[in-house]
Amino acid sequence: MRSVFIHIILRFGLSLALWSGLGGVVAQASEFQLADTCPPGFLLVEPNQCELRNLYQLYPSLQNSGVGGLKSGVPDIREGFSPQQIDLGRLMFFDPLLSADSSVSCASCHHPDMGFSDGRDRSIGIENQVINRSAPSLWNVGFLRRLFWDGRASSLEEQIQGPLYDAKEMGNNPAHLLTSLNNNTHYVDLFQQAFAGSQGISLDQIYTALAAFEASLISLNSRYDQYAHGYADALSKNEIEGLNVFRSFVARCSECHTPPLFTNQEMAVIGTPDTDGMPFDTGQAAITGDASQRGSFKVPSIRNIALTAPYMHSGKFTSLRDTVEFYTLGRGHAVPEGESLNIHWHIWEPKLSDRELDQIVEFLQTLTDESLKPMTPKEVPSGLKPFGINPIEGA
Amino acid sequence: MKLLSKLITVAATTFWLTSSWAATINVEDGQSIQDAVTAAAPGDTITVQPGTYKETVYIDKDNITLQGVIIEGEWANLEGESQRNDAILYSGSGITIENFKITHYKGNGIMGQAGNNYIIRNNWVIDTGVYGIFPEFGKNGLIEHNVLSGIEDAAIYVGMCDNVDVRHNEVFASVAGIEIENTRHALVENNYVHDNTGGILAFVTPGLPIKTTYDVIIRDNFVVNNNLENFAIPGSIVSFVPRGTGMIIMAADDVIIENNIITGNDNIGIAIASLDFIASVASDPDSEPNPDRIQILNNLMWDNGNNTHGDVKALALATTLSTRGPDIGNIGAGIDGCILEKDRYRSYGLGDYTRCERESTADVTTYTLAEPVPVRVIAASEKGEAAYFGICAGCHAYNARMIGPPTVSIQAMYQGRPEAIAEYIAAPIRHREDYPEMPPQNYLSDEVRLAAAKYMLQLTK
Repeated sequence: MRSVFIHIILRFGLSLALWSGLGGVVAQASEFQLADTCPPGFLLVEPNQCELRNLYQLYPSLQNSGVGGLKSGVPDIREGFSPQQIDLGRLMFFDPLLSADSSVSCASCHHPDMGFSDGRDRSIGIENQVINRSAPSLWNVGFLRRLFWDGRASSLEEQIQGPLYDAKEMGNNPAHLLTSLNNNTHYVDLFQQAFAGSQGISLDQIYTALAAFEASLISLNSRYDQYAHGYADALSKNEIEGLNVFRSFVARCSECHTPPLFTNQEMAVIGTPDTDGMPFDTGQAAITGDASQRGSFKVPSIRNIALTAPYMHSGKFTSLRDTVEFYTLGRGHAVPEGESLNIHWHIWEPKLSDRELDQIVEFLQTLTDESLKPMTPKEVPSGLKPFGINPIEGA
Repeated sequence: MKLLSKLITVAATTFWLTSSWAATINVEDGQSIQDAVTAAAPGDTITVQPGTYKETVYIDKDNITLQGVIIEGEWANLEGESQRNDAILYSGSGITIENFKITHYKGNGIMGQAGNNYIIRNNWVIDTGVYGIFPEFGKNGLIEHNVLSGIEDAAIYVGMCDNVDVRHNEVFASVAGIEIENTRHALVENNYVHDNTGGILAFVTPGLPIKTTYDVIIRDNFVVNNNLENFAIPGSIVSFVPRGTGMIIMAADDVIIENNIITGNDNIGIAIASLDFIASVASDPDSEPNPDRIQILNNLMWDNGNNTHGDVKALALATTLSTRGPDIGNIGAGIDGCILEKDRYRSYGLGDYTRCERESTADVTTYTLAEPVPVRVIAASEKGEAAYFGICAGCHAYNARMIGPPTVSIQAMYQGRPEAIAEYIAAPIRHREDYPEMPPQNYLSDEVRLAAAKYMLQLTK
């Protein structure tokens, strides 16, 4: 019925000579073919849907909360997208055509080789504009029910519209985005592959495909996970001591960065410093208008945290050691003068020793797993160079 | 390892559910409890002889009993020397911790993270950090016959749990005696709660991932003279608990208070409040703020409120024209509360409370479960599928080259021989020049490796 051939890597049968070169529009009919199998980690089930299969789904969690201890279940994930939708999302994710001036793609700030972040304290959008916050990692984002540092989006589809249409990020608008994609014969064909029977490309389809790809980014197979599943030798003695400091009620890291995702998905005011010279970032309060939430940000997952320096919403801390040390330098020590914040009760003065700080950092490095990292496409349908501005190349 | 094997004496008295023989591992003074835990298998009992043990013990496996041995008043003493963080951490289910004396840790005495079916009893916890006993994310637990003092937050703190009995404990000289927080189906009975800042607290704390507290019975407790100066850590949730408070019910629902003796609490006997009782916490719209359906059955209350202060005093003056604090004060915005014999008590804020229809909770004997929370039996096929997709699929696609060879070519080599795959992947040797060497998968159990191999061989797409 369906071809058994897997197109993990896009087949790209055209020579560059065939490209028109006009605004990235390709003259020839598409020979792009979307994958008909699910990305690694997902099982294809009827009717043509990808579902996650993972050991963590076999464990329970209290009240199905998706938080707990070592052998607690993950929350429900966004799934059920088709292989074609996920693969289309992957192509768009790397395609600078999605930005207003074809200069940046999603991957410019969420680079797969940089933990799906960008290595910058604050990200750079079109026309080299510096945006106000650090790019969060996208690993395991399909499990999250709050998105953005200020928690303002409750679905991936909603989140995606943030960077697409933010004037400082990708700078696009819905009409221009639709025009760009509809003028590209590859995309018209690819959307028909991914959304059978549809006439033309719709915004909802764009969001669905991007959400499908984002939700396929799974990192649950680190050395820590091997330990959690019962292999005691997966971690060194020092790393286990680091885990014990991490979950102790002195450091209290795991009270908010709770396994298995290493986030409790709550909002918290912890009083980290802003970039020098920037106005105080009020976080969630700017969205809700609730003054008690001033300076409140989402508790991020810290899986793959060793890959995503610099840290915090402002990108103020360049190393994990500095980040961890923040928590022992005193409750509210970095809050600007004149600011009165409802600092979270778990922020206290644990008086961690240098050795304990080092051990926490060692433990955090065991949370790295990129075994299911998706392939970067060699070419994208626009014919533009994948990524656009690429933080690794510095272009 | 020689030492460990010496430590292990196979008692072979119990035939465990998992069909393996349970062992008893004895730990003598001078030896390490953690070494015994590391050596133990699920079902084992670790006995710890009297002595002083300066360590943090962590239990990341299921069905372990950690049992102190008390001989002529000498205990197995876990000593934190004001340097170590927590005395005992566990994440497994079916953990029993009993007969320990725990002193001078900085964090918690006994802390559970997500273990179900826990039993914590007969422990003596003195001057030990933030919480004395703190199970978190656990279902079906028993906390009984413990004595705790000198704790700078809650002596017994049940946080984000379901189905727990807290009974026959003595808690004193702590900021909060017993705290039931974001927890359902809790029975707090027959405890002696005295000389703390606040006695018994049933709370919703906002900003936590599990949002509710309901179905709590607080009965037959002595809640006496809880007048200690508040010495909580600044910024902590209990730092706002006013000295002299017998009980606080904040935002919890369906709490029944029955047959307690509540006396000598200088500020107020029972305070019932909404979440706005605590200032300086970021609001959480997902936390319902009001204490609904509170039922106050018969309780013995006198001599409360003799030295009232702060908000309670101001409210007492405003509502009762008295400078004494009340036995019961309701400042919450909850609905459908009730009380038996309201006229026995000095109270304010109970105008909307009707007379309770229920007169007793005698029908409830326990909130623990008749049968333990079953450990989910995971079929081998499920493990195989989860391991294949969670791990193998990172390098092997069905019919395409990824990092490793395609599954179809592995099927051709190994059809009918899953055991050979299971053996190979534990310690792979490079066979094929055109592929990188496979990393060993020896962290997976024999069973999971075989299940993954079988799953891999039967795939058709």
